[in-house]
Amino acid sequence: MTARERIAGNVAGYVDDRTGAAKWMKKNLTKVFPDHWSFLLGEICLYSFIILLASGTFLTLWFDPSQREVIYDGGYQPLSGLKMSAAYASTLNLSFEVRGGLLMRQIHHWAALIFMVGIVVHLLRVYFTGAFRKPREFNWIIGVGLLTLGIVEGFLGYSLPDDLLSGTGIRIAEAIIQALPLVGSYISFFAFGGAFPGEAFIPRIYTVHVLLLPGIFLALITVHLMLVWYQKHTQFPGPGRTEKNVVGYPLMPIYMAKAGGFFFIVFGVTAFLGAVASINPIWLYGPYTPGQISAGSQPDWYMGWLDGLVRMSPPIETHAFGHTISWNILLPGLILPGIMFTLLALYPFIEQWATGDKREHHLLDRPRNAPNRTALGAMALTFTLVSLMNGGNDIISTTFHLTINQMMWFSRIGVLVLPPIAFVIAKRICLSLQRADRDLVLHGRETGRLVRLPHGEFVEVHEPISPEKAWTLTSHEQLAPLELPEYDQAGVRRPKALANKLRNRVSRANAVAVPKATETERRELEGHH
Amino acid sequence: MKRLSRLRRHRAAGPILLVFALFTIGTTFQVASAVSNTTTTAADRSATIEEGKQLFLKGCSSCHGLNAEGGAIAPSLIGVGAASVDFQVGTGRMPMADMSTQAVRKKVVYTPTEINALATYVASLAPGPAVPTDAVLNYERDGSVADGGELFRTNCAMCHNFAAQGGALTMGKYAPTLMGVEPKQIYEAMITGPQSMPVFSDKTITPAEKLSIIKWIKAAESEPQLGGTALGRVGPVTEGLLAWTLGIGLLIGVAVWLAMKAR
Repeated sequence: MTARERIAGNVAGYVDDRTGAAKWMKKNLTKVFPDHWSFLLGEICLYSFIILLASGTFLTLWFDPSQREVIYDGGYQPLSGLKMSAAYASTLNLSFEVRGGLLMRQIHHWAALIFMVGIVVHLLRVYFTGAFRKPREFNWIIGVGLLTLGIVEGFLGYSLPDDLLSGTGIRIAEAIIQALPLVGSYISFFAFGGAFPGEAFIPRIYTVHVLLLPGIFLALITVHLMLVWYQKHTQFPGPGRTEKNVVGYPLMPIYMAKAGGFFFIVFGVTAFLGAVASINPIWLYGPYTPGQISAGSQPDWYMGWLDGLVRMSPPIETHAFGHTISWNILLPGLILPGIMFTLLALYPFIEQWATGDKREHHLLDRPRNAPNRTALGAMALTFTLVSLMNGGNDIISTTFHLTINQMMWFSRIGVLVLPPIAFVIAKRICLSLQRADRDLVLHGRETGRLVRLPHGEFVEVHEPISPEKAWTLTSHEQLAPLELPEYDQAGVRRPKALANKLRNRVSRANAVAVPKATETERRELEGHH
Repeated sequence: MKRLSRLRRHRAAGPILLVFALFTIGTTFQVASAVSNTTTTAADRSATIEEGKQLFLKGCSSCHGLNAEGGAIAPSLIGVGAASVDFQVGTGRMPMADMSTQAVRKKVVYTPTEINALATYVASLAPGPAVPTDAVLNYERDGSVADGGELFRTNCAMCHNFAAQGGALTMGKYAPTLMGVEPKQIYEAMITGPQSMPVFSDKTITPAEKLSIIKWIKAAESEPQLGGTALGRVGPVTEGLLAWTLGIGLLIGVAVWLAMKAR
């Protein structure tokens, strides 16, 4: 034993005697994680969250969350001598006077955009591979919660500097609050501490933005990761991979190195963007005054689809008992997002109901092998994309020489018509890919080598694929449709007859698939060749 | 003759002739310009009007009518003033190429003299806003950037965007970018209200305030890109696009690389 080993051993022993960590560490440091690039998407979110905490802390050292009126006397001449809130003035100060302040602001904002992009991309991966199935339904719901809170947190951060753009955003938020029937104006008065804009709102959202929501985020992220740890990570199907094992590399040292390195890459990319690309140039927007607005006022992208829904909504209002219900804001601003997020959160249970499959799943689906789920995802994505595009309708129409009216009508019709079309197309593509898989298993890979037979016929030589690949392509199970009885043995309609009929129908549609190649089929074809 | 030719070859002949020539040219120019200054009011003005009328008949009357009275497809120009003509023709918007939405800024067809003639002709029909002189347009001296910014955000940004980059209006119309627009043309646009733009009379925005607005626009134009590349100065749309392309693209690229098996 060398001296170094002895010292390290003594230190480790000292710590272990007092914490008993050795046993836990021994077990957990060798924990195995499966290897796939898409499993790193969640890490992008985690790391950008850490960057957000660090850079945000820096910003709080100089930011003054107050709507007290001050006269700007800082270095940026085009705003010199103007009246503005202390919040805006301190953000200008942070950008121009504090060393590295603008870089930190830009890193913070870019990290926020990437955090939200990461969440969405991670959600899409989990959705399309079926990683939300039992036992991971709770973690899915936590994820949807993180997405929703992320949108709110991002919006609050965007609102804090009290510039012309963010003030416009708060004004729209106020309009959405006021659209609530009966209680809207009371809630608005409560939130703003009086009439808009007041002096209370920015100090309040500051507390929520820097304390309350980050705290909730930390708690939810911890639970999210603990559940991943406890339930183990899902893996893609392949030879040797079952529902009862995890094939991959141990945490220590492989994933420690990979994940640790990836943190620095995420930080590097964020810092790079913060250094070279301007984001939220509040000095150009000017201080917020309710009487001013800029053309092309937009929210950040994760709110863009909500803004797009509001922009495309037709002007419908109801007047009843001296009250006005503004459906044009209520519907796209509150009801529709409410329905969408609820459906998203409940999706694992909806799918269980439709398939009747309540078993545990640790092996992922390839998206093509769950055509209905994939098609539903394509449908939701199309809906959101059309809405998002309409959120930028003014910028798009001036850039591509379209008219804003064409864009609006395209979105109004497209948001209803395109998602079902996307569903059908995605489902057909999935089934075609299944057919291609079947072909590959039965006939092998096309080698591109043409051979002329003695009697003149040309044939392309097919090469059988490896048994491992064949296993991967055929290991998924194809569920038979549910056949829930509508009548009992005596021929009497069951109490749940209608629900059962609906479930049977959904399940039949869900079970549509190209039969995967079986071993017998394969042998039979091999005999022919 | 012999004497003359000898003098011609004298050492001092060249310099003397040069001095003489300069003197002659100088005095002639002085006299000539003095003469033109005194007579520009009456005879030259009517000549310019006549020249402008001829240009108008050739280039504009097919839409605006033989007497600028307007027609089914173009408005009357009686009373629009010289500033309007100077703006529309001086930015290449007139003559118009495509009448579907609005006149587009394009290559200027007429020379400054011709534009002046056209403007003088139209101004002679009925009084209207005159072309602001260089003395009026001393925005560097008479304007204030901070006031201009405040006025711009109150009166202009709702169509032209917070950084004067332009924005969309209804039915394919748009407020153009103000980057690279001459101070004179900005001033003229404010007093004449071209296309969908309202007129900002001197009562709404005083001449001094107009100069402040111009000064702010010029400051915005020459402002360095403080936070790195400005992404078009149109707000969060381009920022989101960059996050979704370069940002996540780089990160996914690295993720794929990290998950590759070592060879």
